[in-house]
Amino acid sequence: MNERDAPSGVLGANRWRRFDDWDERPLRLDNFAVEDPPNGFSAFHGLRDPKPGVVVEGGRIVSLDGTAAADFDMIDHFVANHHLDPELAETAMAIPSQEIARMLVDVSVPRTELARLAHGLTPAKLAEVVAQLSSIELAFAFSKMRTRKTPGNQGHVTNAKDDPLQLAADAAIAVAFGFDEIETTMRVARNAWSNALACAVGASVGRWGTLFQCAGEEAEELQIGLAGFTSYAETVSVYGTEKAFVDGDDTPWSKAFLAAAYASRGIKMRCTSGGGSELLMGFHEAKSLLYLEARCLCLQRAMGVQGTQNGGIDGAPVASSMPGGVRELMAENLLAVWLDLECATGNDARHSESEIRVGAKILPFLIAGSDLTCSGMGTILKYDNSFNPSSFNGEEMEDFLVLQRDFEADGGLTSIDETAALELRRRAIDALSAVYAELDLGEPSPAMKQSVAIASGSNDTDSYLPRDASLISERIKERGITVIDVIKALARRGFREEAQNLLNLVRLRVSGDYLQTAAVVRSGHVISAVNDPNDYGGPGSGYRLNDARRRELAAIRDVLTRDEVLRTEAAFARDEAARIAYKVLGPAARAKDAPTDIVIGVSPAFGLKLYRTLAGHPLSAVLRALCEGIRAKGCTVRVVRMRHTADTSFLGLSAAGLSGSGIGIGIQAKGTAVIHQIGRLPHNNLELFSNAPVISLEHYRAMGGNAAVYAMGGMPEPVVVPTKGMALGARFHAQVALLYAIETALTQEDAQPEEVEVTYPEAAN
Amino acid sequence: MSRPDPSGNRTVADYPLAEKHPEWVKTARGGTIEDVTLEAVEAGGVTMEDLRITPQALLDQAAVARSANRPTLARNFERAAELVDVPQEFLLEVYELLRPGRAKDKTALLAAAAVLRDTYGASRMAGFVEEAVEIYEQRGLFSYRF
Repeated sequence: MNERDAPSGVLGANRWRRFDDWDERPLRLDNFAVEDPPNGFSAFHGLRDPKPGVVVEGGRIVSLDGTAAADFDMIDHFVANHHLDPELAETAMAIPSQEIARMLVDVSVPRTELARLAHGLTPAKLAEVVAQLSSIELAFAFSKMRTRKTPGNQGHVTNAKDDPLQLAADAAIAVAFGFDEIETTMRVARNAWSNALACAVGASVGRWGTLFQCAGEEAEELQIGLAGFTSYAETVSVYGTEKAFVDGDDTPWSKAFLAAAYASRGIKMRCTSGGGSELLMGFHEAKSLLYLEARCLCLQRAMGVQGTQNGGIDGAPVASSMPGGVRELMAENLLAVWLDLECATGNDARHSESEIRVGAKILPFLIAGSDLTCSGMGTILKYDNSFNPSSFNGEEMEDFLVLQRDFEADGGLTSIDETAALELRRRAIDALSAVYAELDLGEPSPAMKQSVAIASGSNDTDSYLPRDASLISERIKERGITVIDVIKALARRGFREEAQNLLNLVRLRVSGDYLQTAAVVRSGHVISAVNDPNDYGGPGSGYRLNDARRRELAAIRDVLTRDEVLRTEAAFARDEAARIAYKVLGPAARAKDAPTDIVIGVSPAFGLKLYRTLAGHPLSAVLRALCEGIRAKGCTVRVVRMRHTADTSFLGLSAAGLSGSGIGIGIQAKGTAVIHQIGRLPHNNLELFSNAPVISLEHYRAMGGNAAVYAMGGMPEPVVVPTKGMALGARFHAQVALLYAIETALTQEDAQPEEVEVTYPEAAN
Repeated sequence: MSRPDPSGNRTVADYPLAEKHPEWVKTARGGTIEDVTLEAVEAGGVTMEDLRITPQALLDQAAVARSANRPTLARNFERAAELVDVPQEFLLEVYELLRPGRAKDKTALLAAAAVLRDTYGASRMAGFVEEAVEIYEQRGLFSYRF
């Protein structure tokens, strides 16, 4: 090729263009960082991570992980005073880390024994132990060590307008999906009361028991809880270095005080922590993510909170930028449950633009089970998520449901029916409107309500705007409206079921049963690590899907059944009857002295039980295209029905054997076709169209033409059907298997080929 | 105010209390949880006061937590039991004082601890605040922040 012929950009190019392709992948939007321990970029091995150690004197911890009591920072103090059991510490610390690591994955060592042992282990020791586990061991140990047996999930319910009608509708949907907890937050902080009331009402539709929180400013969050609208809180963040803690405007004592304050109001609470937060705040002390998180988790246990949401959380993206970062997130979740804390396992703040990385990250938790698989899956669309997009959002909800089905793993969610979903949305909107009317908070128009009911997200709505929500919110707050007022309003306006549901939820706080570790409400009963403890001890123990739950997980939308495939085919049969007629002429014979004779061998169900190809072409049109292609190149064609085989290669080879030219075409009803030649091995054909869904009528016509060229001794350019890399197996194989079974059911050993006369009644008209 | 019985002997076997021992679960005004019905709400006989947790319930939950080998959770419930009757404003005031740099020296926090102990009988929580004072002093947390 000389310079003049080269396409522009080829000569002188010095980059393999595959790299251009890779540059365009969403993955390349992610930041990746080099491991750099002095600057805090280390998942497992910080430059200044201390060696594990403890010294107990006179019942007091006098040295912790190499630091003497006189030099303790406030975190050391809190851990030494409130986490470590001085009677156990020295014995527990004396066990080699590898031995403890092995206990974590040993099904014969009960979780209760390991949980007890953790009372005597320091942050550095805990980190050193879990660092020895591979990713699969971390996931397995997590499955064994998590606190509550039955897995669950948590969802975000927010929108970009703080529109209360949409919050109510989306809360009802989240409840229907089965979320154990839902969480809202605001675009505009002062809308907290409006958000809280709307979600509380929405979550009372359908069933009761979904716990609800409104994440906002600490004092206001507590006030909203006191008014009875919320039932849990989880924004109590802790950090692994003293400076980060102070920068976060708290201390272990202030947070522990808050923990007691929430419990004193009967409100469930968990802390938040996660690898990478200290790094993002600029106070990492050149320590690893894992070690700092081990300190956070010991602190949380020390404070006496029942649980945590960890696993990076807002730090997940920076943690994931490091080598081993995602494994570290798994390790910190394991630490949480080993310390006997309820664990909402992150998988919220989206750590990557790559859907593959997102799917891979969720899998260990999905198959291990988790108290709350995501500590906030977006139940709403990404742009409506006021917490920022989650790993999974409204867009990807069905992907999650299918993953549950694929792995028969319980991520806490259940598919919802299309009709029921719309009814729930309308019911929630009407319930909130009733409360608004009764409490004089507003009067949404029918158009507003309709726009919200059918909206996928707030871009589609013509409803309340943030300022409207602010006015509603201020009115709720100023007038001191409580959940009692809302329950009364619901009951008075005929929403008795919702009123009862909301009352049931708020009544939980009287006994405080749901303050225990990992408590959620299922079917009207509180279950927690106390009465539903994870008792995993090997195969056959721990959480197992029962038949009913397995069926629920299987019941995703639009599932093929044989009956459905047959019904669809039957509908097609009528149309085909008007287009083509097959008349059996009798046993097919080999043509003699007919060098231009080509035989098309059709499959047993072709045109008799099955009527169109996977690409959607009527078989009449396909047959006509093949015949026209053959005749256009000067050959003649006979159609023969094979009944001894449904296999493309053998259809083709049998047809070739009957033809005068030695050339035959085999075709199945689903559209797979082959050009074959007498004397060739079955799978050594001349041309094959294997991807039936992408074959056009033009391709069939060209195939007919090529068959004719072969018949006349020529060597045509093979017809290549281009594919665009679609996962055709995923799209069609279930249907193919059902269709092909219909073909094979009609085959009969030794059945002789029959010559068929094909006519096209429509064409005759 | 009658002091709750601190010698809780509830165990995991008693849990959930509202289901297994509804008669133990009292509302702040002395009724049982079964009195909190929708009909009672409609009739105006239920207030937010009736939906509060009681010190006794928290002590019961503490006993359950301890029997489940969760002593730190139990201690939190015990501190919480002491805070049930502490007014919201004072609660938030103490929380604010415990945040870094809010108290410029230990006086205000020690005073808060004294009120917790003397006015509300919250001796555990008072001790907890006093422990904070000691550590804050050691770590220089009574420093200027804003």
